[in-house]
Amino acid sequence: MLEVKSLAKSFGGFAAVKGANLSVKKGEIVAVIGPNGAGKTTLFNLITGVLKPENGQVIFKGEDITGLPSYQICKKGVCRSFQVVNVFQRLSIFENVQISILSRERKTWNLFTPSAKLAIEETNQILESVGLMGKKTRTTGLISHGDRKVLEIAMALGGNPELLILDEPTAGMAPEETSRCIELIKDLSKKRGLTILFCEHDMEIVFGIANRIMVMVRGGTIVQGSCDIVRANQAVQEAYLGGSDAC
Amino acid sequence: MSNGIFGGKGRILGVAILVLLFLFPLFLPRFYIYLLSIILLTGLLATSLNFPLGYGGIFQFHHAVFYGVGAYAAALMITKSGLSPWIGFVAGPFAAAFVSLVMGLICIRLSRLYFGMLQISLGSLIWIIVYRWYSFTGGDNGIHGIPLPDVISSSKNAYYFTLIVTLLSLWVLYKIIHSPFGSALQGTRDNPVRSAMIGINVRLHQLVALIIAGFFAGVAGSLFIVVDTTVFPDMLFWTLSLEVLIMCLLGGWFTFLGPMLGAAIIIILRTFISGFTDYWTLPLGLLMMSVIFFLPNGILGYIQEKLYWSPAEHADLVEDDMVQQTAKES
Repeated sequence: MLEVKSLAKSFGGFAAVKGANLSVKKGEIVAVIGPNGAGKTTLFNLITGVLKPENGQVIFKGEDITGLPSYQICKKGVCRSFQVVNVFQRLSIFENVQISILSRERKTWNLFTPSAKLAIEETNQILESVGLMGKKTRTTGLISHGDRKVLEIAMALGGNPELLILDEPTAGMAPEETSRCIELIKDLSKKRGLTILFCEHDMEIVFGIANRIMVMVRGGTIVQGSCDIVRANQAVQEAYLGGSDAC
Repeated sequence: MSNGIFGGKGRILGVAILVLLFLFPLFLPRFYIYLLSIILLTGLLATSLNFPLGYGGIFQFHHAVFYGVGAYAAALMITKSGLSPWIGFVAGPFAAAFVSLVMGLICIRLSRLYFGMLQISLGSLIWIIVYRWYSFTGGDNGIHGIPLPDVISSSKNAYYFTLIVTLLSLWVLYKIIHSPFGSALQGTRDNPVRSAMIGINVRLHQLVALIIAGFFAGVAGSLFIVVDTTVFPDMLFWTLSLEVLIMCLLGGWFTFLGPMLGAAIIIILRTFISGFTDYWTLPLGLLMMSVIFFLPNGILGYIQEKLYWSPAEHADLVEDDMVQQTAKES
């Protein structure tokens, strides 16, 4: 479904991503792992159009989407959550998700129908499925970090994606929030049949839910394969245990 | 939040103010009617600025240009073309919207402060043209004695006309703010990157918001002719833009009616204090400083906070927001 071929991006001479390859098949859960600074977030930014790649290709469902602006990539069915929380601070949880749905339905050029009457059912459905229903009227600037991370996912779902990209979905969460979030991700894959691409530092989570794993070091792909292949790989062990980048 | 202070029980207050506004001309002397008209149309100007500023997070620093362009376009149309003044009044807002489109296309590539700076430069260009082109715009004299249709030539009728057009414009702006477009715009204010990622074309939405704002600034410009029958270059000088910006901040830029309140306060201050001293901006400065220190959300923002939110929490939010924005800019 998603093919990334030798993608590259540098910031002022520093090659943040260089030679990254990745393939995601329909219905899979693929994890990207790597030490801090390996370029995971940059890779996601390149795929979703937040940054423009200098080299390489991103192909989604057979279509070249390299370098398209984010809003077009989103319309093609790739939605994401951010590692650093990126929500609409002054709006309520409900409105955050609702805008996402309205945008997908191409209703944001509607100037005169009150928003309050639109997309209510679907918004409630999504909030129900991620467990934010009880807090839906609260302003998102005032909710806990864990809730905001979940809201991130809910907003991505509002775009009704085929491919969901999650950038460290559980970063900074309390243990019980983490397990709730993992259940949520598994659910999304099973019930909605979503294809999920995520990155994560917690190996337990990664090996717990991923079908396949891609390992990045210094901006490049070392290996991509099933959990066992990755676990047995020499280069991966070096990167994590013995290499200079070990964290 | 959406209904502001006129939601729920406040509705009675809203209706009372409306009724008063319609009854004022029956007992107030002419000067006060004139003053009220000016407050209304300046309030509309401030509200139209607040649409991109408070709801769109766009630093529209030179909003007066669209007010001035609207007024001049209407005035020139009326005095030079010989067509009915009504056509002039309609042409004003459209001319302002067009200028807003052109300036928007140029400025929208830049973000926040840089947008504002470029807008001030371009706006000043328009000002200097109006200021120096004596043969066409009357230069620093402006245009005086613009003929009005008979129906609105008395000050009482001019007031009613201003009141009705202002109310209609506010209603339309209110509708737009609470439409999906308004929601999306508020999304782009809070977080442009996220907005793009849920499929919103941020720049295009901002541009449309600017055009709408320009249009209603033009409406305010046309209304000024109705009330005052003159136009002059100061109407598009940058100091007026600053004044209108202060009105928004003073009244509360995250509230719908805050700018109207700010306009009322500033115009009343200017009118009455300037009778005692030339330094009428001194009390304004003090007022502005206390608002920044004690009421970061403006006066109406503060009142709504007291009514609806826990203020401590919200102050944190504002601070958070500012830290984030500065971080993004640096």
